[in-house]
Amino acid sequence: MSSTSEYRRREQSITLAPLEEQLETNWGGPRQSQELLTLNMGPHHPATHGVLRLLVTLQGEVVHEVKPIIGYVHTGIEKTAEDKSYWKVIPVVERMDYLSYYFNAMSYCGAVEQLLELEVPKRAQYLRVIHLELNRIMSHLVWLGTSALDLGAISVFWYCFRERETILDLFEMSSGQRMHTRYFQVGGVIEDLPRGFEEKLRAFLRVMPERADQYAALLRSNEIVLQRLRGTCPLGADELLALGVTGPLLRAAGRPWDLRKATPYSSYEDFDFKIPVGTVGDNYDRFAVRLAEIYESVKIVEQALDGLPEGPHITPDRKISLPPRHELATSMEALIHHFKLVTEGFRVPAGEAYFPIESPRGELGCFVRSDGSSKPARVHMRDPSFVNLQALSRMVEGSYVADLVATVAMLDPILGGIDR
Amino acid sequence: MPDATGLELIAQELQANDAVGAAGVLEREHVRGRAALTIEVGCLRAVLEQLRAGGFSFLASVHGLDYYPEEPRLGVQYELLDMEGRDRITIKVRVSTESPEVDSVTPDWPTADHQEREVHDMFGVLFRGHPDLRRILMPEDYVGHPQRRDFPVGGEPVLFTYNDTNELGSPE
Repeated sequence: MSSTSEYRRREQSITLAPLEEQLETNWGGPRQSQELLTLNMGPHHPATHGVLRLLVTLQGEVVHEVKPIIGYVHTGIEKTAEDKSYWKVIPVVERMDYLSYYFNAMSYCGAVEQLLELEVPKRAQYLRVIHLELNRIMSHLVWLGTSALDLGAISVFWYCFRERETILDLFEMSSGQRMHTRYFQVGGVIEDLPRGFEEKLRAFLRVMPERADQYAALLRSNEIVLQRLRGTCPLGADELLALGVTGPLLRAAGRPWDLRKATPYSSYEDFDFKIPVGTVGDNYDRFAVRLAEIYESVKIVEQALDGLPEGPHITPDRKISLPPRHELATSMEALIHHFKLVTEGFRVPAGEAYFPIESPRGELGCFVRSDGSSKPARVHMRDPSFVNLQALSRMVEGSYVADLVATVAMLDPILGGIDR
Repeated sequence: MPDATGLELIAQELQANDAVGAAGVLEREHVRGRAALTIEVGCLRAVLEQLRAGGFSFLASVHGLDYYPEEPRLGVQYELLDMEGRDRITIKVRVSTESPEVDSVTPDWPTADHQEREVHDMFGVLFRGHPDLRRILMPEDYVGHPQRRDFPVGGEPVLFTYNDTNELGSPE
């Protein structure tokens, strides 16, 4: 018998006998009401935000247990990264969490810069902050649109994607790509802002808070949304911390933990912004915290744009960053550096680094181990979606299936990041 | 992260613990702003428990590594975070591929559940006492541990249902 069909056999042999036994001892009551139903949600369910498969054990309409089954979009990105020189890894890691590509690139570049002990120019740090925060708004807009869709409100989706479109246009202006931009480089960013970017960005920053007000007005006092979100599936901060949950989910439970404030990186200490927190940690708080974060991100981008310092946009160290095009025509040395960089890439001294940042979903940490060659010996992403997913079962135990859908939406998992 | 002196103090405090002992801490590293302690694999849970009492109450991440060709080859690293002191410390253990056994910390730190499963899946580290040690990202019937450095890249058949009847790995 082949090993694949052995797998199928085992899959089909799943029995509920131990669960039923457990129910009998824990729940009591007549046997008819204890009947359990195992429902398979996904992997191709539109409400699971990607190819997430949930094995849900139901008792009537009440969720008894949820087992997430993942790995459907595992593409071996961490393995691929080991085969590429450091600067070629950036586009690969960007494709992990496909809604927060700037964050993936930031944490990877940060880890490599830490290994190189490289100083990033102030202007580059500000340019990074501008793009990171725009990315955060974009990610939250996609979350808001798709979550509202899960709750049955289709129009919010179109509105959110209208603003998202503007942000993607801005990304296209600065880097030529709408998604997976490869804008962040080790040592800075690939190019300075193009002409016309600032005006367009300022126009966007003027309308965005207004638009966020409109979404809030549309949802916050909507009876259906309130019924679906308020008081459903709460989980306390201590339990969330034990499960490793960070980001908006933890802040919704009342803990103002944000790495941008706690351990600032990329000049976040220069900006004045608040950390929105919730009180009880139910779905409504999760929703409200993310919505409030959009306003704070707008504030940060405004400040970064106002205070954008002059200077180089990437480290002038020619051993790390490509020489500008015009130098190649006049300088032999630049040509040599260029040749070395695009063929072998730069070498990184042996060592290990872990660089955590605050992504839209929580602590995104990149672990890089270098063996001294021009390719990383190990790249590992501590993806917040992957860790946060563990809390799902604890959140939804004892609530209705409909609340499970709402909770998955408020969890905001990105399967590209979970499976990598 | 604690400074070099702070790390030394932490190491000495750990060594004063009977469950760890003087031989428990193998190596102290303080390079490029990262504080790390390499410890004896047997006293992992005791070390983490003591660090938790010392404020490092959040387990941020568990990484698996393959140090090929160095021996012992496999490594597991635990990134601890102190949210009050805004401090980080890394605890490292090393095991060989012949007996890749590490005590699971999932009973003490529920967040390690998925992450240990990932390390098990990718590197073949066996976590003793893990409640549900199965593969997590690769298919259940997968052979080998793809993140090991000697695992070849590419040349792998795609798993379609169509191939179900064929032997896994056959080209048709």
